[in-house]
Amino acid sequence: MTAMTDDSIPVTPRAIHDEMIAFGIMAALLLVVPLTGIYPFFVMQALCFALLACAFNLLIGYGGLLSFGHAMFLGTAGYCTAHALKVWGVSPELGILVGTAGAAALAVITGLVAIRRQGIYFAMITLALSQLLFFIYLQAPFTHGEDGIQGIPQGRLFGVFNLANPTILYYVILAGFLFGFLVIFRTINSPFGEVLKAIRENEPRAISLGYKTDQYKLLAYILSGTLAGLAGALKVFVAQNASLTDVEVAMSGQIVLMTLVGGLGTVFGPVVGAFIIVAMQQYLSGLGQWVTVIQGAVFVVCVLTFRRGIIGEVAHYFRRSL
Amino acid sequence: MFEIFGIPSNALFGQLLIGLINGSFYALLSLGLAVIFGMLNIINFSHGAQYMLGAFAAYLLLQYSGLGYWPALIVAPVLVGITGMIVERLMLQWLYKLDHLYGLLLTFGLALIFEGLTRNYFGSAGLPYTLPDSLRGGQNLGFMFLPIYRGWVVIFSLIVCIGTWYLIERTRLGAYLRAATENPTLVRAFGINVPRMITLTYGLGVGLAALAGVLSAPINQVRPLMGENVIIVVFAVVVIGGMGSIMGSIITGFALGVIEGLTKYFYPEASNTVVFVLMVLVLLVKPTGLTGRAA
Repeated sequence: MTAMTDDSIPVTPRAIHDEMIAFGIMAALLLVVPLTGIYPFFVMQALCFALLACAFNLLIGYGGLLSFGHAMFLGTAGYCTAHALKVWGVSPELGILVGTAGAAALAVITGLVAIRRQGIYFAMITLALSQLLFFIYLQAPFTHGEDGIQGIPQGRLFGVFNLANPTILYYVILAGFLFGFLVIFRTINSPFGEVLKAIRENEPRAISLGYKTDQYKLLAYILSGTLAGLAGALKVFVAQNASLTDVEVAMSGQIVLMTLVGGLGTVFGPVVGAFIIVAMQQYLSGLGQWVTVIQGAVFVVCVLTFRRGIIGEVAHYFRRSL
Repeated sequence: MFEIFGIPSNALFGQLLIGLINGSFYALLSLGLAVIFGMLNIINFSHGAQYMLGAFAAYLLLQYSGLGYWPALIVAPVLVGITGMIVERLMLQWLYKLDHLYGLLLTFGLALIFEGLTRNYFGSAGLPYTLPDSLRGGQNLGFMFLPIYRGWVVIFSLIVCIGTWYLIERTRLGAYLRAATENPTLVRAFGINVPRMITLTYGLGVGLAALAGVLSAPINQVRPLMGENVIIVVFAVVVIGGMGSIMGSIITGFALGVIEGLTKYFYPEASNTVVFVLMVLVLLVKPTGLTGRAA
């Protein structure tokens, strides 16, 4: 991982201080969104993808593991939550729990397989596993194949908050996002996170220091998959459907793109990247297939000229860690 | 006509043949991936898109310049191979010193561009590719009906695979190539132009993918997304077989194609997933892949 971290800035107490301030600004901005008249649906969707990209970034940016199948957690959690809400008729909080637990279980199973190979093979294995899951969901009766699960009731969270109200739903989604974000933030600044970074930089050395690196990687993978699942469960309340597009390879590619644009291995990069890519889809949706071409071009340009991503460049310019 | 397990042999051998054909595509594609990875240290995610471009090149040659199947079999891979070499010179060559993941991401972006552009201009539906008269029709072998074209694809792919193996493992050029894979700096010190070899290697790998695309055009039709699923299966094939050995890639490719074909016959529901399930099993039993060497 030498290439990615050539210019990384050591985390100092000052750096954490910077990140706290940035977090405060981000939270404040997101809190006032409903007052500004911005279309809340767009921001809610972007928040779900932001959490998803942050979870993905935990694995690649801090663990050095490129997962090309993170859509499987999004889709699995989505199907589990949607099924629980619609067929079992459970309450929203339980629905979110079911979806997140489903993604966590999937992360344990796939993690035990994927962790067995390193580097580029890990990417290919996660990609293949997500494709395996895609075909299973395509054929499984409870997902309703091509149609997906539609018309999902939103219900009342804890029996009090009516999620059919866009403003209430917005704050619930925001709470979920901030919770997931803080879990990731706490993780990367913990001793566990430091060991992960050590493994990313030099795995043989970490092993020789006595760390069981496979266990650390598996744990990071499970945590990442679970939080991606939380994003998928929350997204069900926004989109009110769960469909195959959430499990597709293209979705996994978009998660990678969001993180790359924002900045791999930065704390806030995936959030910025997610907002940019979701906005791009929203505004360019009239262009049809050109969106795919543009996304491909963004990949190429980012890799060739802009590997630090937006937040990475900003952080580099100000010599700060963000 | 006889029966196996109470089912006519024709259907079984038919699926076996389809399996062999898919297997020959897997073999050609994983071969190219392995050769490219060896020299460039890049997993070529656009391999599936370049397979599709090969099919489109053959289609366009037929439509607009009247070049039929036989010339297209050579011209299309060469054209796509040249575009590959341009891509290598313009983009990929800047990534060799970086982490592997950047090569994967860049070529994934290229795949999106190629597939998006072809979908823009040709739509998502399949375009038919007509065969020359000499390859139409079939032969009744007694136990099955063999369409001539399908037999041709299997035999020709096998010849190309073995030819590539011979080129890399048994010729002087191949020896340079293998040496440059091991230690490029040392090989350069001997006065061999390694950067040019890298460019040609990428062209060769991409050309093989395009060749598979031309072969597949009359069977699977010409579709912008024809490579999207294939490349993921080929990744699984590569994980199973490992990228260390050329012969390993060829054998694994054919074997998995046949297993997929047999699954289509005995348990059709699992035919899409069987290769991935096998990948999981191999990873659990022998994490380094069947041909051994670690990543």
